[in-house]
Amino acid sequence: MVNKIKKLMGDELLIKNGHVIDPANKINKKCDVLIANEKFVEVGHIKKQVANVIDATGKLVVPGLIDIHVHFREPGNEEEETIASGSAAAVAGGFTSVVCMPNTTPPIEDETDVEYVHRKARKARKTHVYTMGAITKSREGVELAEMGFMAQAGAVGFTDDGNGVQDVSVMLRALKYAQMFNVVIAQHCQDDKLAGKGVMNAGYYSTILGLPGLDPLAEEAMLWRDIQLVKKIKTGTVRYHAQHISTAGSVELIRAAKKQDLPVTCEATPHHLLLTEKYCAEYDTNYKVNPPLRTQKDIEALKEAIADGLIDALVTDHAPHLQSEKELEFLAAPFGLIGLECALPLYIKALIEPGILDWPGLIRLMAEKPAKIIGVDKGTMTKGRQADVTIIDPNAEYKIDVNTFRSKSKNCPYHGWTVKGKVEKTIVGGEIRFSV
Amino acid sequence: MAEKGKTREFKWQRKHLLGLRDLTAEEITYLLDTAQGFEEISARAVKKAPPLRGKLVVNLFFEDSTRTRNSFALAANRLSADVVEFTKKDSSVSKGETLLDTARNLEAMGIDIVVIRHNAGGAPTLLSKYINACVVNAGDGFCEHPTQGLLDVFTIRKRKGSLKGLKIAIVGDISHSRVARSDMWAMTKLGAEVTFVGPPTLMPPKVEQLPVKVSYSLDDVIEKVDVINMLRIQFERLGGNPFPSVREYSHYFGLTVERMKRAKPDILVMHPGPINRGLEIESEVADGKNSVILQQVTNGVTVRMATLFLVNQAAAEKPAEIQNG
Repeated sequence: MVNKIKKLMGDELLIKNGHVIDPANKINKKCDVLIANEKFVEVGHIKKQVANVIDATGKLVVPGLIDIHVHFREPGNEEEETIASGSAAAVAGGFTSVVCMPNTTPPIEDETDVEYVHRKARKARKTHVYTMGAITKSREGVELAEMGFMAQAGAVGFTDDGNGVQDVSVMLRALKYAQMFNVVIAQHCQDDKLAGKGVMNAGYYSTILGLPGLDPLAEEAMLWRDIQLVKKIKTGTVRYHAQHISTAGSVELIRAAKKQDLPVTCEATPHHLLLTEKYCAEYDTNYKVNPPLRTQKDIEALKEAIADGLIDALVTDHAPHLQSEKELEFLAAPFGLIGLECALPLYIKALIEPGILDWPGLIRLMAEKPAKIIGVDKGTMTKGRQADVTIIDPNAEYKIDVNTFRSKSKNCPYHGWTVKGKVEKTIVGGEIRFSV
Repeated sequence: MAEKGKTREFKWQRKHLLGLRDLTAEEITYLLDTAQGFEEISARAVKKAPPLRGKLVVNLFFEDSTRTRNSFALAANRLSADVVEFTKKDSSVSKGETLLDTARNLEAMGIDIVVIRHNAGGAPTLLSKYINACVVNAGDGFCEHPTQGLLDVFTIRKRKGSLKGLKIAIVGDISHSRVARSDMWAMTKLGAEVTFVGPPTLMPPKVEQLPVKVSYSLDDVIEKVDVINMLRIQFERLGGNPFPSVREYSHYFGLTVERMKRAKPDILVMHPGPINRGLEIESEVADGKNSVILQQVTNGVTVRMATLFLVNQAAAEKPAEIQNG
């Protein structure tokens, strides 16, 4: 039906006069983008007359943004988010692809679960929704889940996110086994014994607030361990991805691993670049997140890592929770905050405004490189690729307002922040799925 | 008190007492002075005064407590308030009601002051943001126990005249102690020098950033201090195995008769209770001439009277306001 309409209307779409940034193809100039049959046809100065034209004068035109770390809570916690509401939030934030974490209830741990996510996403018809599968059955860290079948069904990687795989022998087995399918093993680095019952960074603030702390070492110890495993395997197609790294110590471990050319990648979040443990001082549970908000020193280390090209992906770790769950004692409230609908301006604030990255640098970390980590042909405007495009007004200044969010949840600590940079249009497979 | 004339100009503005960290030395002194004025009531034949008549105080206790709960009830009674006891066992908390819902329900019954004890640091702060009643922290997790801190400095001030320049050791599980934190804030604000003493495994993260000295050896400290506060080893809070055995802990950190021989003759021995006799403190010391442990209990009532009185007064002068929701 939709295709029929398209044929009648003329299937071509021309984005004119925008500033096109496509780092993979080294394009960073004012020009046009032609799309036909859901695919990129040409980027350049295009004279051709087509029926559907978007005037992008004064706007940035970039490959659709890709967030490889979101929680859409379906199945199990549809009151917090669904694949449909999360997808709507994603395109509103400029994301044309997202990767769901498998820590749903029940978890995504077999091929049927993977297909379920895809089916719900097709129905929502907003953003491309990929999913990772669990590394271990029930995310218990004991027995491997059916990675092969899940990979066949389209899982783009594996993680027990929410938990780290504690048992070193299980992790070693997972890394070895995953090589058969050339998929990434992603880890939420946290040694549970060291972490204890911590609810915020272990430091001065946890001490004066009387809250149990999460020792930075809990993250670093597991990351160090995993890097040793990767080093041991080395050959073949092993790929390891450290999720949401948050400490200066982790940065140093990644730096050392990359120096040795190990197949290790990592990601960062806006909150670990913009917020410190100090924000927890009023016991506002919107700042309760895992890994926890750290210190200014950690922020500086992460920013330096981004400047040095050590961070491969900028993600959101979009983690919706009900207000009633967040209105609990800091000790009792769940971890997590949402970020899909404000990630882009936050990254602009954290990275572009202070001059740590330029625009091509940012788009590389929000589109090109994340696509490589999950092994999909996206993140560029190369001819023949599926036409996912985000159009951004880089100068629009406004206040973040959670009441305008499409997400079902409102647990966002940035409410009221003044930011710059707004998503104007999000085009997925040649179709405009979001427009202001 | 030499400073009394000065503090008379001061006006207490807080309708909540959430902790001592945010209080100024002036505020603490004013509260202690107010408490001193209330001492006389407890000495009367009829131990009652009218300032809280018609006011409803709720003791909202989510953790076991005998001493603090009774002390607050007694303080409220002496000021003629009505007291409702609400403890975890006979409440609907076990049915999964949230803290805020519980508090909102209590508020709907027309309470004026909530005295809350809770196992989560920050629970009183959370309450204060959502309800109109005054909130008094009676101990939250290992964050603060402000009235304990106040009664400790009140007791010291009574015996020593002032805290200025005093050397005070707080010994034991600092990491999980709200008493250590409230004491630290109150004592250092009033000019004392505080040393935390205990094994490194019972020190909190970044303890070096707190306004205290740290020592792992009671023997190094015992001769130098004017006041020693022996914390109770709280087995219910200790995670894992922070020291190998009770025997070894007592050996290094117990306040024994032997150790007391090396202390200053006028050292004050304090303990927030309840005492583990023979563990952190030997009976002869707990009951000895330097001990002010029972005076602490007496002063607890006095300080809590002053607290209830002042928060109620501040609330009466401030129109009702809720920050959120």
